[in-house]
Amino acid sequence: MVPITWYLILAAFLFSCGLYAALARRNAIAVLIGVELMLNAVNINLIAFWRYGENVENLAGQMFSIFVIAIAAAEAAVGLALIISVYRNRKTVNLDELDVLQG
Amino acid sequence: MPANLDELIAQLPTFQQFMFVQVALFTAVMALLVVLARNLFHNALALVGALFGVAGLYALLEAEFLAVSQVLIYVGGISTLITFAIMLTRGMMFGDTSPNNRQAGTAAIVIGTMFSVMAGFLLQVPWQEAYVELGDGQAIIANLGRLFVNEYLIPFEMMALLLLVVLAGAIMLARDHMIE
Repeated sequence: MVPITWYLILAAFLFSCGLYAALARRNAIAVLIGVELMLNAVNINLIAFWRYGENVENLAGQMFSIFVIAIAAAEAAVGLALIISVYRNRKTVNLDELDVLQG
Repeated sequence: MPANLDELIAQLPTFQQFMFVQVALFTAVMALLVVLARNLFHNALALVGALFGVAGLYALLEAEFLAVSQVLIYVGGISTLITFAIMLTRGMMFGDTSPNNRQAGTAAIVIGTMFSVMAGFLLQVPWQEAYVELGDGQAIIANLGRLFVNEYLIPFEMMALLLLVVLAGAIMLARDHMIE
């Protein structure tokens, strides 16, 4: 049996990587990739806690993960559509050049 | 002597642990590549690898349906979408395309601290590890389907509605207005 801590630490590592991508990258698509990585880390945690919990039968962790995956797909679709739309108007997707709303 | 041998065998990693370490290392390396590679297209390719690794973890945790949906939705769908977006935005395929912004150094320090605190915390807590062996007909995909149309019916329908709205909204947003 794999100790649950191993899964949790791997998930924490993936989450940190995703957070770094979301905070430190300039390109909007790279930021979106980081968000996807973070969502996956959360899913690993949900499934690990489901498998190592006492109520394996009621499948709550799996249900949660499926909903997270669906929301992530929706978020990626709208996010990328927004990026394409912004690119069409501004000819750039670098986040620090998009400062129209800055007073 | 046989007692010693038994002890030695008990200390060896099990097959599951061996597989976990391999999949986890692959996923971690891919995740690092996602963040550190300079070329945006390489980031997207590494993301595909990391998502495959996560699907392997789901399989190790005996969540077969999730492993399959992970490959279908993430590797098949979202990665393709990201690749298309990269190719639609100009000149992203070659060279250093995605530099970091000014707060990269600060972000690295903060996130390094956060990860070490989190890892220390995770190692300290005595997690509950019931780990019931799954028998025949336990936690199978049919049960998932039954839950979807009973207890989780409302969220399931809301999800369908959300996906429909997203489909229409994404097309509206990404549409080329010049064509009209």
